[in-house]
Amino acid sequence: MDTIILLTLTGLGLAALYFLVASGLSLVFGLADVLNFAHGLFLGVGAYATWWAAGNLPGAGGDGFGFVVAVAFGVLAGTLVAVLVELVLIRPLYSRTIEQVLVTVGLSLAGVALLQATWGADARTFPRPEWTRQVTNVLGANVPNGGLLLIVAAVLVLGAILTFLRWTRYGLVIRAGVENREMVTALGIDVRKAFTLVFAIGGAAAALAGALGSVYFGTVSPGQGGSLLIFAFIVVVIGGMGSVVGSAYAAVAVGLLQQFVNYYGTSGLGDICVVGLLAVVLLLRPQGIAGKVATA
Amino acid sequence: MTEPVLSVADLSVRISGLHILQGVSFTVAPTGVTVLLGRNGVGKTTTLRAIVGLTPRAGEVHGTIRMGAQSLLARPTHRLVRGGLGYVPEDRCVFAGLTVAENLRLAERRGTTPAYDRVYALFPELDRRGRQRAGSLSGGQQQMLAIGRVLLNDNRLLLIDEPTKGLAPKVVTEVAEVLERVAESVPVLLVEQNLAVVRRLARDAVVLAAGKVAWTGDAQELLLETGLTKSLLGVGSAEVHH
Amino acid sequence: MTEVKSPEVPAPPAAVPSELTPGGRWGRVRPFLPLVALAVALTLPYSTLHLPGIFEGALNEPGTLQLLAVCMVFGGLAAGYDLLFGRTGMLSFGHALYFAAGVYGTDILVTKAGLPLWQAALFTITGGTILAALIGAVALRTVGIAFAMVTLAFAQVGAILVARDFGGLTGGEEGLPLDVSGVPEALVGVTNTVNLYWLALAYLVVVVFVVHRVSGSPTGRVLAGLRDDERRVGVLGLDPYRFKLVAFTLAGGLAAAGGVVYCLIVGGASPHITSSELTLSLLVMVVLGGPGTRWGPVLGGILYMYLDHRLVAFGASEAVDALPAFLSRPLSQPLFVLGAVFILAVYFFPGGLASLAPRLALLRGSLRIPSRGR
Repeated sequence: MDTIILLTLTGLGLAALYFLVASGLSLVFGLADVLNFAHGLFLGVGAYATWWAAGNLPGAGGDGFGFVVAVAFGVLAGTLVAVLVELVLIRPLYSRTIEQVLVTVGLSLAGVALLQATWGADARTFPRPEWTRQVTNVLGANVPNGGLLLIVAAVLVLGAILTFLRWTRYGLVIRAGVENREMVTALGIDVRKAFTLVFAIGGAAAALAGALGSVYFGTVSPGQGGSLLIFAFIVVVIGGMGSVVGSAYAAVAVGLLQQFVNYYGTSGLGDICVVGLLAVVLLLRPQGIAGKVATA
Repeated sequence: MTEPVLSVADLSVRISGLHILQGVSFTVAPTGVTVLLGRNGVGKTTTLRAIVGLTPRAGEVHGTIRMGAQSLLARPTHRLVRGGLGYVPEDRCVFAGLTVAENLRLAERRGTTPAYDRVYALFPELDRRGRQRAGSLSGGQQQMLAIGRVLLNDNRLLLIDEPTKGLAPKVVTEVAEVLERVAESVPVLLVEQNLAVVRRLARDAVVLAAGKVAWTGDAQELLLETGLTKSLLGVGSAEVHH
Repeated sequence: MTEVKSPEVPAPPAAVPSELTPGGRWGRVRPFLPLVALAVALTLPYSTLHLPGIFEGALNEPGTLQLLAVCMVFGGLAAGYDLLFGRTGMLSFGHALYFAAGVYGTDILVTKAGLPLWQAALFTITGGTILAALIGAVALRTVGIAFAMVTLAFAQVGAILVARDFGGLTGGEEGLPLDVSGVPEALVGVTNTVNLYWLALAYLVVVVFVVHRVSGSPTGRVLAGLRDDERRVGVLGLDPYRFKLVAFTLAGGLAAAGGVVYCLIVGGASPHITSSELTLSLLVMVVLGGPGTRWGPVLGGILYMYLDHRLVAFGASEAVDALPAFLSRPLSQPLFVLGAVFILAVYFFPGGLASLAPRLALLRGSLRIPSRGR
């Protein structure tokens, strides 16, 4: 029983990480049709900026309120980079989907290399508050606090994104744009402003994932984003491109499946099962579990 | 003669190697309905989309399109629409996942008061069904929503693409009635296949054939000449007489 | 009223068939360029020429020959990948899988199963082709971006299998050095590098030959039709799925064969060749070279691998070291330079290297005939 609770909660922690990366990817893809390979870069920027801030930024640190400041700095950095990428690199190629993918591919290669050039290829120890290294007893299972932190953060982010989409003008534009972008412009709305916005949201969530994921793992390395990104892609496809709620469901399914199979089966088998799940979902429901509504 | 609200001159559209329009020229009168006719695939929708700046990226557009003194080509769609060009696309394109009220709210613009009274006076049903998802509306109701969405703002010209397509005969009459009332206050460039609707609404007609303008003139005159309608549209006007 | 058309043509589309390039003296020489290149490639191993700055040692030194061999293998790989991307319009993100299958298949069969090389190679290429056919059969049920994701996911399975070292076959993170006792002596050892060079050259020639034959055939025209407009092919009563599967399988088989050669050149397998980064690099090579063009992908592949190797030396060079740290550090990362070059290429040379020649020709043409109008 303890094991099952532990596996469930650590699985949810993993799911939280996937969701934070996938939610932005999904919105960016759903609205702007950009398959963003550079999303892992936003995660890396968030992680390294947090790491840097904890050591160098006045007021920030590795513990207590200082840590909150450091994470906020990391998220801000990730958001800024995402906005810059959209404005400078993606926007000029508006509606040229393949070129946009190619640019993000180039960016992901160059960006990771840049992180590596600046901070070295090896993993570095991540500063983290003392309490995140401890465990909390949940129904008899000792669950790492770092994982619980991820879950709480993901739930908050999910709530914030849904509130934003549901109740604000730009949220409305984004929801409509995911359905039919052309028709949004035909109502007199400059949909490109919304592109910048979804990049900002995605960048912020990914940077948060970078910071909190590094807390969870205890280290930060340039390639971190890349391996997470593949599973985040899988989550986006299973969840249905453009659906934040779908991403949440898919993230939970993928995280739990991976954790349980890796524990009860051989290590690595869970990862393979996830790909199997993807293949099954795609063959049965190519649009994902909550995919884009086909415009009538 | 009064200045036309829209003038299209020598419009050519090429999409991935296919010449869809080859030098189309016509004008739209500042009042009433001008109807754009022609057989299927002749480029009517392409014409409307070129006017409103929605030609696909793979396409090339040449020629001039003017609304008043203003050239429309090469301006982004949302600017054109804000400048008073209302567009109701083929197949309605309401946002199926959004509610009726949200569909309307999307068309609101900062700095202007949305004319909800005008829209709800024409379509009382939209008011009653505000919280319903647009995807669950009937085809006729979706068409009303698509038109209502555009009427929320003042327009200098409306482009309406096949508003009666796929609707039941009774609903077709309803839509035609609404369009008749709309056209009293704003000029309309209408693409329509249903000749009964054309007979009821249209004052001027532009007939396209093989990517070119084959005939322009008085719409009612066109419908009276059986031979002409038959050769241009592939239907005898006798079919229009009930 | 009528607009006078100026002689310049709008920017050439991604695929500029080299046959259409304007003539002139250059045009007469052009058809023979590949032969000239082949002749140069054939004489290189006999040359003791030093090209300082371009290669470290003399041309016929093992180090240089090995670098050239690797470049040629990737030239062939890129040409094979272009069969999917440039010629059929399929954006696969999992092409590294079949290459890795070739490398690991050969290595495992020789080192672990003790098969002689020719049998191992035969089994590996057959197996790689079958693998591509199976995965293609599933993945091709999706199109566009979903297809890209599915192929990426399948390739990820390969990466996981290799990294987790199931059954102790792959050597995990460490990789698996090739046991050379099962390999013919002529292909082993520093002194025989030249033979590996010949092998790589042969591979490149075979791939180029196959790809050109296929794209010139009726099948190739259907594939081009699929790239331009899939519905039109469907209207003709041809099944797009089957044609795409043929292209996918063929490209997979060619990649597996490249894996066999690569395994011999570097003497083993290491897990980085299974990474999605390798597929992304293939994409970069093809786009840099010019997708769908006759020689672009080959050039792109060769140039990319050459730069990837040489930029390490460039990054460590004194000229770069003398720069301030914020410049010298990124420049010492080959992937940073290549990624940046790639982004610039997407913006400014959408047709890749292959589009440069026609562009230059256009420029010359427009200089000769003063443009009228405008």
